[in-house]
Amino acid sequence: MTTTFVTPKVAAAKEIVKDASMMKQKEMMAGHYDRLTSAPQIGAKVAATFVPGNLNELIMCFDLVNNLPEVNAIQNGLRRTSGAFVLEAEKIGHSEDVCTYVKSDIGMMAKGNMAPNGKKFPDPDVLLLSYTGCFTFMKWFELLREQYKCETIMLHTPYMGDGKITKNMTEYMVKQLKEEVIPKLERVSGVKFDIDRLREYLKKSVKAEDDLVRVLQSAKNKPSPIDAYFGAIYYIGPIFGAFRGTDDAIEYYKFLRAEVEDRLAHGQGPVTPDGDMGKEKYRLVVEGPPNYTSFRQFWKMFYDEGAVVVASSYSKVGGVYDLGFRHDPDNPLETLAEYCLGVYTNRSLPMRIDMLSRYIEEYEADGLLINSIKSCNSFSAGQLLMMREVEKRTGKPAAFIESDLVDPRYFSAANIKNRLESYFQMIEQKRAGALAAA
Amino acid sequence: MKTFVGIDLGSTTTKAVLLDENCEVIGRGITNSRSNYATAARVASEEARIDGRFTLFRRALNAGGGSRGDLDEFLGAIERSVRFVQFIEQLDDLEETCRVQVKGERFAKVESRVKDAIGEVFKLLREEAPSLYAPGAKRKSDFFRDIAGSRYHVHAEEVARAARLPYELLLNVYDKSIIEVENRPPSGGLSEKFRRALARVLAADDTVKTGSSDVPKTIESTLDIDLEETYLVGTGYGRVTLPFSKEHIRSEILCHGLGAHMMYPKTRTVLDIGGQDTKGIQVDAKGIVENFQMNDRCAAGCGRYLGYIADEMNIGLHELGPMAMKSDRPARINSTCTVFAGAELRDRLSLGEKREDILAGLHRAIILRAISIISRSGGVTDEFTFTGGVAKNEAAVRELRKLIKENYGDVTININPDSIYTGALGAAEFARRAHHGQTDGGAA
Repeated sequence: MTTTFVTPKVAAAKEIVKDASMMKQKEMMAGHYDRLTSAPQIGAKVAATFVPGNLNELIMCFDLVNNLPEVNAIQNGLRRTSGAFVLEAEKIGHSEDVCTYVKSDIGMMAKGNMAPNGKKFPDPDVLLLSYTGCFTFMKWFELLREQYKCETIMLHTPYMGDGKITKNMTEYMVKQLKEEVIPKLERVSGVKFDIDRLREYLKKSVKAEDDLVRVLQSAKNKPSPIDAYFGAIYYIGPIFGAFRGTDDAIEYYKFLRAEVEDRLAHGQGPVTPDGDMGKEKYRLVVEGPPNYTSFRQFWKMFYDEGAVVVASSYSKVGGVYDLGFRHDPDNPLETLAEYCLGVYTNRSLPMRIDMLSRYIEEYEADGLLINSIKSCNSFSAGQLLMMREVEKRTGKPAAFIESDLVDPRYFSAANIKNRLESYFQMIEQKRAGALAAA
Repeated sequence: MKTFVGIDLGSTTTKAVLLDENCEVIGRGITNSRSNYATAARVASEEARIDGRFTLFRRALNAGGGSRGDLDEFLGAIERSVRFVQFIEQLDDLEETCRVQVKGERFAKVESRVKDAIGEVFKLLREEAPSLYAPGAKRKSDFFRDIAGSRYHVHAEEVARAARLPYELLLNVYDKSIIEVENRPPSGGLSEKFRRALARVLAADDTVKTGSSDVPKTIESTLDIDLEETYLVGTGYGRVTLPFSKEHIRSEILCHGLGAHMMYPKTRTVLDIGGQDTKGIQVDAKGIVENFQMNDRCAAGCGRYLGYIADEMNIGLHELGPMAMKSDRPARINSTCTVFAGAELRDRLSLGEKREDILAGLHRAIILRAISIISRSGGVTDEFTFTGGVAKNEAAVRELRKLIKENYGDVTININPDSIYTGALGAAEFARRAHHGQTDGGAA
């Protein structure tokens, strides 16, 4: 009776494994923060914007340094400093249910506004909001405008409620760019707008986008050489942030693509913090943002079971490039509009259902997993319906877990692990059932 | 004989089920969960093996003829006797451990007096022990910790007063000892315990009316049957690691689904309300889970909620249901939060509302939360099975029947008094399938 009871062993602490592209990305981020924090010294002006609808190429035309508060919140989450910031924001009076990116940012500002490199973030000279389906962002910038008393530009991106882009929508946005956005940016920066400069940046963006898509689509292979959710957080950093349109981004994605193609050639699975993942047992499509405060622990629950994410929706939140769109240098303003219109959060529920169902088929996934984020209504409203629809269309099982972006209080490891393990075993049972029936 | 063991490490109780090769349950065991998981698992399995022995006795003695009533009485006497033997063993251990705890500055001047007092307390405990296991005796709980704890407190208070010693000193040694004692793995062979129990029963009354000519011999030969633990599967969560190796663990959602299916093959929706969590599970015709949903980050509406309410009202957990049943006008409780519900309870009591009505309202609040989880998991499909400790509460069941009827129409609702064993039952079945080399999805 005593033979099967084991004493749980505590695993020895191992060194975290990172591959070369992850290191490179880390360096780029460090460089970005150095540029940002030294902007006041060199007299550079600073713009703040969000990842969905990030018009980085346009911002660069005005010699502005791009600060992305969302990315800062993610960095704080990964470094486990966001918890204290969220509490600080709540102390000031912000509600428990508000987006924790916002609260992390507000808390960070209240506690000295320090960047990951230990230096102070500069005050923004202009806030550029392209409203692409998340009105919490709009409120966020209203709060920041109050705080910094700086110029705020609101670009309205119409919601793709009918599942497509119309001429009206594009014209409306181009009009705003011409009449509002560009003149204001000129005024704030003191730099005259040069459309050819924008074209040049856009050409560079396309190169990076091509390589990114190759990387993402490598997951169609079995085994997948990448993890398209956890791993992808590293991959999307440069293109969603302050690097799209730069040579740095081109170089990074070229490097990353080569690295991934090498893994593919050797039949290798993705790199995880614990080294190469063993046998690929489950292929998943994931909808919803990841949790950042317990990122590694969360990821481990997947790769320990041989589960790899082959496609995700969150890796499209800053731009959807794998359905054919590329920035078009020949129509610079129209293409900026089209880019904004196409980001994931601006897509209707039917469009998102289509995308996820398509991913399941094209990436030969075993099922859909939804990580529903407590503080993100943009993503979570309607997810249950999406889950049921995708299940119906694909016949594959779906599961639902709940956590949060950067508030560590809303990540219950035991609960999530239980649900994940149950889901994997469910997939296993269904496979075995299908085999038995065959 | 081959047995397949399923162990469910829950938040409040740990359950074990023994299945034989024909998929029949031969034994069930339950104990309170505790800090040492391996011990909790061992204790639960030992309880299941004891229960299993009785099943074998019953089978063997049934074969010998004799009235069912007499047989039940006889086996009942042996069972009480076994429990008594176990209790005394642990009591001895507790006394020994308490004595060892009498050390240090706290006991400096009173060491020998405290030890005498302890001796006195345990003497009283041993004297009254037989009455706790007499026929028809009602115990507050079957777990050593609960019985020993409550009786120790009672006696220790009296003894301390008589000996003019601070009560806290006696409490202190108990508190320091009980966890250690509880987490010690059960000692001694089971067969030995049975023999002693049998000897006690026969000594008390040797006119054993079971119809069988040689009861001791039948029992001896049954004791000789080896209950081989052919395969074991453990389940449960909320713990960093279960005390089983990976191949011996199955998800508790799957175990619950399968267990419910084994009890009710036509079930398609399963609701489990445990101590800390609520699960809504959809299963297919083979007992394979198709969808599930759980409560998240908040345990309002789970078993603990009732425990908290019982404490607030200073009544026993098992009294909640019957009291709530007396009401036919449940109060509308607004809070979803367990802690706030306590405040609301006090509020309403002070406003003169009837306890019965408030309790009925609280039971309704639990079920409303459960229905929400069930709906999110995919709704209610005939037949509906309600499992978990809360399923033993008649007031909760009444509210459930009402709400299911209102929202889903006429659905067969299955409630089994042994439903607390559902997870362990499913685990045992997984063990049986694993042993026969079938993959987890294979039909029996």
